[in-house]
Amino acid sequence: MFNNVFSVMEKIKITIDKKEIEVAKGTTIYQAAKDNGIHIPTLCYLNLDHLKIENRPGGCRVCVVEVEGRKNLAPSCSTECTNGMVVKTHTVRVLNARKTVLELILSDHPKDCLICSSSGQCDLQKLSQTLGIREIHAVENAAVSTYRKDVSPALKRDMDKCIMCRRCETICNTVQTVGALSAINRGFMSVVAPAFEQDLIDSPCTFCGQCVAVCPTGALTPFDDTGRVIRALSDPTKTVIVQTAPAVRAALGEEFGMEPGTLVTGKMVAALRTLGFDKVFDTDFAADLTIMEEGTELLGRISKFLEGDKNVKLPILTSCCPAWVNFFENNYQDMLDVPSTARSPQQMFGSIAKNYYTQLLGIKREDLVVVSVMPCLAKKYECQREEFKTNGNPDVDFSISTRELASLIKAANIDFNALEDDDYDSPLGESTGAAVIFGATGGVIEAAVRTAYELFTKKKLEKIDFTELRGLEGIRTASIDFNGTMINIGIAHQLGNARKLLDGIRAGLYNFHAIEIMACPGGCIGGAGQPLHHGNSDVIKARFDAIYREDAGKKIRKSHENPYIVKLYEEYLGHPLSEKAHHLLHTHYFEKNKN
Amino acid sequence: MHLLVCGGTGCRASQSERIAGNLKEEIKNLGLENEAQVVITGCFGFCEKGPIVKIVPDNTFYTQVKPEDCKEIISEHVLKGRKVTRLLYEDPSTKEHISDSKHMGFYQKQIRIALRNCGFINPENIDEYIARDGYAALGKALTEMTPQQVIDQIKKSGLRGRGGGGFPTGLKWEIAAGNKADQKYVVCNADEGDPGAFMDRSILEGDPHSIIEAMAICGYCIGATKGIVYIRAEYPLAIQRLKIAARQCREYGLLGADIMGSGFDFDIELRYGAGAFVCGEETALIHSMEGLRGEPTVKPPFPAQSGYMGKPTNVNNVETFANVPAILLKGAEWFSSIGTEKSKGTKVFALAGKINNVGLIEVPMGTTLREVIFEIGGGIKDGKKFKAVQTGGPSGGCLTEKHLDTPIDFDNLIAAGSMMGSGGMIVMDEDDCMVSVAKFYLEFTVDESCGKCAPCRVGNKRLHEMLEKICSGKGTIEDVEYLKNLGAVIKDTALCGLGQTSPNPVLSTIEHFYDEYKAHVTERICPAGQCKALKLYTILADKCTGCTACSRSCPVGAISGEKRQPHVIDADKCIRCGACYDKCKFTAIHVQ
Repeated sequence: MFNNVFSVMEKIKITIDKKEIEVAKGTTIYQAAKDNGIHIPTLCYLNLDHLKIENRPGGCRVCVVEVEGRKNLAPSCSTECTNGMVVKTHTVRVLNARKTVLELILSDHPKDCLICSSSGQCDLQKLSQTLGIREIHAVENAAVSTYRKDVSPALKRDMDKCIMCRRCETICNTVQTVGALSAINRGFMSVVAPAFEQDLIDSPCTFCGQCVAVCPTGALTPFDDTGRVIRALSDPTKTVIVQTAPAVRAALGEEFGMEPGTLVTGKMVAALRTLGFDKVFDTDFAADLTIMEEGTELLGRISKFLEGDKNVKLPILTSCCPAWVNFFENNYQDMLDVPSTARSPQQMFGSIAKNYYTQLLGIKREDLVVVSVMPCLAKKYECQREEFKTNGNPDVDFSISTRELASLIKAANIDFNALEDDDYDSPLGESTGAAVIFGATGGVIEAAVRTAYELFTKKKLEKIDFTELRGLEGIRTASIDFNGTMINIGIAHQLGNARKLLDGIRAGLYNFHAIEIMACPGGCIGGAGQPLHHGNSDVIKARFDAIYREDAGKKIRKSHENPYIVKLYEEYLGHPLSEKAHHLLHTHYFEKNKN
Repeated sequence: MHLLVCGGTGCRASQSERIAGNLKEEIKNLGLENEAQVVITGCFGFCEKGPIVKIVPDNTFYTQVKPEDCKEIISEHVLKGRKVTRLLYEDPSTKEHISDSKHMGFYQKQIRIALRNCGFINPENIDEYIARDGYAALGKALTEMTPQQVIDQIKKSGLRGRGGGGFPTGLKWEIAAGNKADQKYVVCNADEGDPGAFMDRSILEGDPHSIIEAMAICGYCIGATKGIVYIRAEYPLAIQRLKIAARQCREYGLLGADIMGSGFDFDIELRYGAGAFVCGEETALIHSMEGLRGEPTVKPPFPAQSGYMGKPTNVNNVETFANVPAILLKGAEWFSSIGTEKSKGTKVFALAGKINNVGLIEVPMGTTLREVIFEIGGGIKDGKKFKAVQTGGPSGGCLTEKHLDTPIDFDNLIAAGSMMGSGGMIVMDEDDCMVSVAKFYLEFTVDESCGKCAPCRVGNKRLHEMLEKICSGKGTIEDVEYLKNLGAVIKDTALCGLGQTSPNPVLSTIEHFYDEYKAHVTERICPAGQCKALKLYTILADKCTGCTACSRSCPVGAISGEKRQPHVIDADKCIRCGACYDKCKFTAIHVQ
């Protein structure tokens, strides 16, 4: 039920809290209340309407309301309005019920708010404060449901804190179609877990972390690497550099009270410098590099195809999203030579930093610590993959999320809002508009098209904005005219949509040349390391718009025009897909049998 | 002459199959195969007095028959026409032997409609079902009536759902009929999960064809070509009988394509439950069939609108279906002439507990509790005093002496603080502790809660813990008040019928037996003497010889004392196991 679909349908009248209002037939009480400024609390209901993601088990029973003529209380999220309905959302009976239900949930919940990583962000904590819970009635030594804790490189599961809202299950199964999480056991001991209560690392989990992004409590949280940042920065023998992903600058401000969609690039650089990083570089630089490599790869395959080569693998699939790579390795082992072999920008950066930049500085790779700030949790997993290490030393030492950066800034007592804008350092800090749009779904392929067009047609791009590639629909397609040759593009975000496209490709249904896949809703801006959206998809939309604003404001908007990239090739790499480029900037994929 | 041997599970457990075998053997030995035939039938209902053997046509009703009695039955009754008096039922008050069951107190007030064939036919023989007007109702519907006319008859009859909900069946069929779809389903809910309930089981084991016929009629009415029986895996005999019945129907063209040449296709399949009470809830049942976790979902939408695989689905209980063929054949007027104003027809009850005549009964709606318990049920066992009757299983409440003259029907029982449920009726006497009864039912619902909604998942657990605290002597009067509020909120907020009714046993016992709760918390005694933790074991100093037999037998060392001196029990250490009581030769241990 997506309530915005019903706006053109029949209208009915209901009375809610003595206010008579008109709603479209089919609207739920919860939505009718929301649209009219009446806030009904909930713990399990989630509706990200811009992304068509809905979780509605009707199980927390916090959103219950009184409906005249109905014997028991009604769950407002799952009860449709009927003509003449009289609803009361905050009577004494309702408040008593909500408080009692919340007390019950709290009676089976650990009381470690003081040290819980979700403290301050937790929906359960907030509701408890709002309802003024001061006492939890239960017998001494009342039973609690406890489970084994699970720590993976990207996220942590502490299911003692699970309140069975089922959001993680819905997002993992229905939206991402990964199937790593589902409800197990019955009754009091029921919980959401991988099959046979396996650890995530042994399950089909891709570490996309979307479960963390929607969890209302501290049951699912990111793996915290802030301690490692402090240790690295405190080590006088190390040179510590940081790279920042494009999506971070569009969301970091939210952690400091700014409106969603505020670009804080300059302040972010200033904060990182204040924290003590020796150099503040930009992942966007490496994104331009990725375009050079991947764009050349794309053109290579297209040219072969146009010449009649029957064995060339098309479409080419983008490979910068590590959760997508995991998903691919689990589910499409027969197609491992189809994706681009280009590494992700994070990893390309690490590789250039530990091979080229160390040369510039005259230091050993072991003495350089590369930290990335990412909107993503899967990046924590990606940087410790064996193929991205040399003699055990990783190209990217570790990755912290947007939220972890915010907590470091707060812990260091830096007044973020008062910071003066600062610029990235050179040579690994300059980037184009094409690089920054990597953060949004459709951005990677648009960046690739901007470069591929000029390389292929040898003509100058008249219109740089490819709006036909932009948007938040789950699957989008477009055909771009490369001076007479039609290049077919497919774009998907959220892994369930990726699966649809990939199944079609496997079945030979499509004739795409290139496909961009992002695991997270909206692309990286919706990543699990970003500030929590608490179920408000307007936040994701605002970040999405901000990314394209930053791109529009840049002087250089095509990756191949980045002078520092040009210089890097001249001085060090030679040309795209050179042997050195292959060695440092490309990878291959592995069969994983976890599905 | 036919010798009908009860093949219901209760009698089977008492070797009724061996009895049947022995009877057949004796008939053969005496060369009487042409005169006498043995038939294994469904449940007669008088389980207290089983195994039952009934001789027709003279209607001799033999009770508590043993395999050794078979020789005598054949040689005396069959060969010589002389009844075996010692096997006849003896009326407890008049001490008279009663030969025909229709004169027995147990049977006199019963009208068997849903159970009409149980105890009369061999359920594994379709010809016997047909001989008793089986499939005539289906034939009438398919050849003489339109679907709407059949629905109108069911509506007029006033039949309401027998699974516990009491929803008007005809209306349910009409709603499903009105929803357009390319495929619809008829589902029979045979998950019968109430502990101790066996109404549906008896119908399925004793008369499986009645269900198949009713489902086909329902399919005709609503436009469904597929029927599914969701039956709990714990009913292997019922499953076997249904499979045999369905196979026989297909052979006779009563299931499959173009039934009776009418152009109507219908067939059934079986799906098995896997031990979850919650899957008796219709939406959880449907999701279980869809291969999903057996959890209920919010209604609306109702199954009639969007059910199995999202298609219009009509779900009815076994007993509801069992009434349908009889209504079509004998007419809606006949059915609605039985019962009360708002509850028509009869209801099958499983009568159990501290009652003399334990068994399966079917009485017209409006029969009073007093009639059921004291006339049909034969009164309280061992001459004890009636205390309460629990109706509706774990979803129902306890009714007391002051409710005994309540005419049983859907609305009266709800008004009295209980509910009809699926027909479980447990009678309790003065030795039953009502707090323990509430705790017992909550143990069940805590175990069976699916876990989806917080009030039921956590709330029932907390109710149960609180009752355990009270039964162990550690409760307070505030705890009883807490139970009332928590129970009311769980009822008000739970997602499905399980949670919405699970507090009923607690709430009704608090209401009607408040003094008993008070005794547990303020005086720390259990008036019924059932709660072990509240028993007080003391040693009577004047009787104690100090022989130390008790202190040596105590597993927790709670008894202390010098040899030849009176001993003392430490009440805090005592675990109330009773070992000392058993060991003492001087009756010096007093139990309160």
